[in-house]
Amino acid sequence: MMKAVILGCGRVGSLLASLLSESGWQVAVVDSNQESFAGLSDGFNGIQVNGRITDDDTLRLAGLESADVVVVLTSDDLSNLMAGQLALRRFGRQKVLVRVRDPIKAKAYRELGIQTICPTELELDLVRRELEVQPKR
Amino acid sequence: MYIIIAGGGEIGYNLAKALIADKHEVLLIEKDINRYNLFNIELGEAIFHGNCCEMATLKSIGAGRADWLIAVTGLDQENLVICQLAKLLFMVPKTLAVVNDPKNEKLFESLGVDLVVNTTTLISVQISHQLNMGALIPLLSVQNMIIVQAEIDDSSPAANQKVKDLNLPPDTILIAAIRQEEAVLLKGDTAILPNDRIIAITLREKEEDLRKIL
Repeated sequence: MMKAVILGCGRVGSLLASLLSESGWQVAVVDSNQESFAGLSDGFNGIQVNGRITDDDTLRLAGLESADVVVVLTSDDLSNLMAGQLALRRFGRQKVLVRVRDPIKAKAYRELGIQTICPTELELDLVRRELEVQPKR
Repeated sequence: MYIIIAGGGEIGYNLAKALIADKHEVLLIEKDINRYNLFNIELGEAIFHGNCCEMATLKSIGAGRADWLIAVTGLDQENLVICQLAKLLFMVPKTLAVVNDPKNEKLFESLGVDLVVNTTTLISVQISHQLNMGALIPLLSVQNMIIVQAEIDDSSPAANQKVKDLNLPPDTILIAAIRQEEAVLLKGDTAILPNDRIIAITLREKEEDLRKIL
């Protein structure tokens, strides 16, 4: 069974956690705000960890050491980048996806070998396609 | 040297003043407009309103020619990203980050920060020293040796004894006594008196032995 740890239980985090759990994945979701877990679906049967995503004890509690996939999705770029690097370097995880809203940081850390996902880039690209404008080279 | 300090808290502000006094070119960066205004009158051109996590700020403060970037904001993750961006995008040769969570010290070093200062451990070591060591106050560490100061009172075992009669631990030298605001060099025949403040050098691991004798 595939095991995912999701850091941040906001809109995307809670939907992703619910989806994976309902698809038969073993899921742990971490958030510093206990109330955010209310966003999980009724079908979610993974574990919820209340704590800071940059704290390695919290991450250990969420089972990061044995995770196949780590997805970092809080709204704070800086915490996400730190947590992503913790997962990669301290916990030696291979597949780590990190949300970074600032396109400059997303690109800079991509060059460091961190797989960043930039919602700003994605939105811009969607609108650009809709308007049939060529991407900036 | 051109030194950028990210974060105008107490550490950043006082460090900026000290480095300016040492004739360095210093720029303190504060993102909160109220704190910026507070220091602006005193620091003038040595303070900048901006956020070192942002490319725009790093660009406008000329991060590319900085010799040092020192990140002393209150958030560990912020200090990490500031140092990494400075290195990655502006090739700043030396970066320093303060960490509040001691667990981050090793992590930040492994992630490319040149120097990591762990304030929590520094402060707790200081406090526990003061609590456990009684009258022994560490003044300066020199490799494996430590220079300490001890207050002597009537109940001290060393009070009214000559230096040569003390059973000092190996590799320990009593250097001087501060007596009525004057330093007196200690020789074998010198007697240690109540109210003396003794300056001594010893091995770190002998600190406890020395404390018991004084």
